[in-house]
Amino acid sequence: MPAGSPTGHAPQPALSLADVRHTFRAGKRVLTALDGITAEAARGAVTGLIGPDGAGKTTLMRLIAGLLRIDAGRIEVLGIDVARNPLAVQARLGYMPQRFGLYEDLSVAENLDLYADLQGVPRGERTTRYAELLRMTGLASFTARMAGRLSGGMKQKLGLACTLVHPPDLLLLDEPTVGVDPVSRRELWQIIDHLTREAHMTVVFSTAYLDEAERCDSVLLIHEGRLLGHGKPGQFTAEMAGRSFFATASLGRRRLQARLAQAPGVIDAVIQGSRVRVVRAEATPPVAAGLVAEAPDLVLIPTPPRFEDSFVARLRALDTTPAPPPSATVALPPTTPQMPSGDVIAIAHLTRRFGTFVAVDDVSFTVARGEIFGLLGANGAGKSTTFRMLCGLLPPSAGTLRVAGFDLRTAAAPARGRIGYMAQKFSLYGDLSVAQNLRFFSSAYRLRGARQRARIAWAETEFELGARRDATARDLPLGFKQRLALACALMHEPEILFLDEPTSGVDPLARREFWRRINALAEAGVTVLVTTHFMEEAEYCDRLVIMAQGKVLAAGEPEAIKRAARTEARPDPTMEDAFIAVIGSPRQPAHAA
Amino acid sequence: MNSGALRRLYGLLRKESLQIWRDPSALAIAFVLPAVLLLIFGYGVTLDARNVPIALVVQKPSAISSSFTSQFSHSPFFRPQRFLTIQGAERAMAAHAVQGIVWLPSDFARRAEAGGNAPIGVIVSGVDANTARIIEGYVQQVWATWLTARAKAAGGGSALPFSVQPQVRFNPAVDSRDYLVPGLIAMIMTLTGALLTALVIAREWERGTMEALMVTRVAINEILLAKLIPYFVLGMGGMAGSVAIAVFLFGEPLQGSIWVLTATSALFMLAALGMGLLISGFARNQFVAGQIAIITTFLPAFILSGFVFDINSMPRVVQIVTHVVAARYFVVILQSVFLAGDVWSVILPNALALLVMAAIFLGLARGTARKRLD
Repeated sequence: MPAGSPTGHAPQPALSLADVRHTFRAGKRVLTALDGITAEAARGAVTGLIGPDGAGKTTLMRLIAGLLRIDAGRIEVLGIDVARNPLAVQARLGYMPQRFGLYEDLSVAENLDLYADLQGVPRGERTTRYAELLRMTGLASFTARMAGRLSGGMKQKLGLACTLVHPPDLLLLDEPTVGVDPVSRRELWQIIDHLTREAHMTVVFSTAYLDEAERCDSVLLIHEGRLLGHGKPGQFTAEMAGRSFFATASLGRRRLQARLAQAPGVIDAVIQGSRVRVVRAEATPPVAAGLVAEAPDLVLIPTPPRFEDSFVARLRALDTTPAPPPSATVALPPTTPQMPSGDVIAIAHLTRRFGTFVAVDDVSFTVARGEIFGLLGANGAGKSTTFRMLCGLLPPSAGTLRVAGFDLRTAAAPARGRIGYMAQKFSLYGDLSVAQNLRFFSSAYRLRGARQRARIAWAETEFELGARRDATARDLPLGFKQRLALACALMHEPEILFLDEPTSGVDPLARREFWRRINALAEAGVTVLVTTHFMEEAEYCDRLVIMAQGKVLAAGEPEAIKRAARTEARPDPTMEDAFIAVIGSPRQPAHAA
Repeated sequence: MNSGALRRLYGLLRKESLQIWRDPSALAIAFVLPAVLLLIFGYGVTLDARNVPIALVVQKPSAISSSFTSQFSHSPFFRPQRFLTIQGAERAMAAHAVQGIVWLPSDFARRAEAGGNAPIGVIVSGVDANTARIIEGYVQQVWATWLTARAKAAGGGSALPFSVQPQVRFNPAVDSRDYLVPGLIAMIMTLTGALLTALVIAREWERGTMEALMVTRVAINEILLAKLIPYFVLGMGGMAGSVAIAVFLFGEPLQGSIWVLTATSALFMLAALGMGLLISGFARNQFVAGQIAIITTFLPAFILSGFVFDINSMPRVVQIVTHVVAARYFVVILQSVFLAGDVWSVILPNALALLVMAAIFLGLARGTARKRLD
């Protein structure tokens, strides 16, 4: 009998997936959600299901939980075949769906009671179990509050507490951290660490945030229903050793990024603060000579690889399409109205109340022409409300706002003519073709005749939509939907572009592609305002504000905001560290220059 | 059912009750909507013709003409307006100011005195065919009464060789409200049973709570029972409120017994809940659930149950279709219990039909329910 295996069996994985396949039928079409996934999750460990939106993460979670009928393959949870005996699996499972599965019109205590009844927790054990869960989640002083009135982070923790009233053997968490503020995210990870280390629970965690991979014991990287990689996060980054660098040069960072992205042997180049992060196809010494002709003073400094580097490398290996065209003239609107330089957007003491609730509280900032300006914050921080007021869709309760020289209180219509808006959700007509959407949105912006035709032709070439012009918008891949949405927002050559959570959930290549166009637009003088809850996306901005509970907690350049959070223990803070630092000290808003 | 199942059911029932109690829209559908519908139908909508505006055209007033027209002034059915010319009356009818014209030509008095044939012109606006027929009947009745009275006054027997003696049973006042209100109660219970139930389950799908429930140890029977029981109670409560309004506010007769009413209502409620559960099995959002519930339960109950439109005068095919509308059986039972009493030959077969329908719908709802999302 081998030591450490008291039952005499070989240590059995908590979860085993064998060639799991699943398809959905939508009308006549068959969509493959999962295309042969084979993997295992070890007991007592955190396994991350990582991939962009539409990769198949939720489908896999639901298959494991016995909520969907498997098409082919086999899933075993704790040795039980899910397809044959879903009830036995469900008795040992805890599952938190994407919206936490809470009853918003029940209080915290009533939600706990319900799940305790459903999971068969004896009455005598509840007092101690509740006390433990409430202490762990920090909800002890909110037991009488309705779940609907909790913040996003608190809902997430209550959802988790409800799945834990009866400690499950396997805990499934479907995107618990998306849209939740970074502080709550960190707290959630502390809870998960506690559960696996102390209670030896097995956790399967899905996320679209690639930086969370490094917190998992093991990672399944999923893309378009296929397993792109499976292993410890260290294995993923180890493959990339010696290939990532920070590049600095006297050339402007956007220009440098665009040139580096085209340079031979470079598979990835993204702006990070004032520098450009470069990943090369092979491990090479940090020799910069000859990489970019325009930047003779280019310096490369080695930096540790990230999980995302390995994802990008794998995607590049899959991607057989030719590299994007030279980006010098990319996305430049043919004509740009001449505007005096200076502040294109100026808002002062902007406040918006809904009844007694203050959604936006005394917010002031200015945005200069050609700037990329970010509004960074969790769901419910007031970003979207600020956006709606800037677009003239919602009148402010107090304060002034000027957009493109117009006071939105008195001249919302002319201001709107200068604005392009790309909504967070796909807001085009799904039943129309690509060409029909372009035609409709261009006529909505009153383009006619030759000019309309010219703009549609521009959009089709610029966004590489020509080949798909007759495709129905609904059926486009996520990245193409986004291109089409951006093209529609740019039909009337706006001076100002509003992007609401533009790249949430798209894969890293599509995100880079998107930002390549946005950078080119900014270079051409278009002012870009972007909201995001992706900390990483904030790095692309020239300046940004961090918002929480309707207030601006910090404002300035990404580098300055990060610098302000620098401590001895953390000499090189990330944007998330900086965010947590300002949220933690909301008393003194750090107005970095 | 073991103790774990009982505890789960108890937990779900308590959750559902708290939600109903805190959600004003559920209570509104169960209690406020019935009251509003009853008040509208009780006071506003009536199929009787009362105070119908008609034009009286008397071209040459005389003693005999005023004795005829006074019959109209005294009738509760008419509100006569006098006109001197037929043209004026026709203009009023075209403007919808009057719905009928009774025209005594200038030679009416002379020909009546002479004992000859004295024609009276009656013109009825046919826009509302139902009212038109009622006016026609009433005018003839007024005319017959007047002739009889005149014949008696003249000392002779009746001028008419035969007379009809109408006798109305079960609704002696021939008040349409008395048969509309029982039918209305069936509509109200359809709303609570099918619409409300389908909506609340669709809401659980929309908010993702159903997904979370499905992964607990709860069995599908427990989920269904936990929806069935509270909305059964709510529907019966709404029913009791409606009966109270009908009896105490409108003075509806309740000829039958309370327990027959309660038992048959319970059967109908189960059938309606079965429909609601069945709909919620495939409608995963509130909009679709609402649409399907209205089209498949409320509208058929309204149109095909015999509540407003008589089933016997429907085309044959439509009459066959009415047999799958549960409300059809319940409306007959309600009308019988309210207006006629416990007529077993009516109640038993219809109650049996309700039982069968309840069993079919609940069985289908159970058969199609899966503890899965696909």
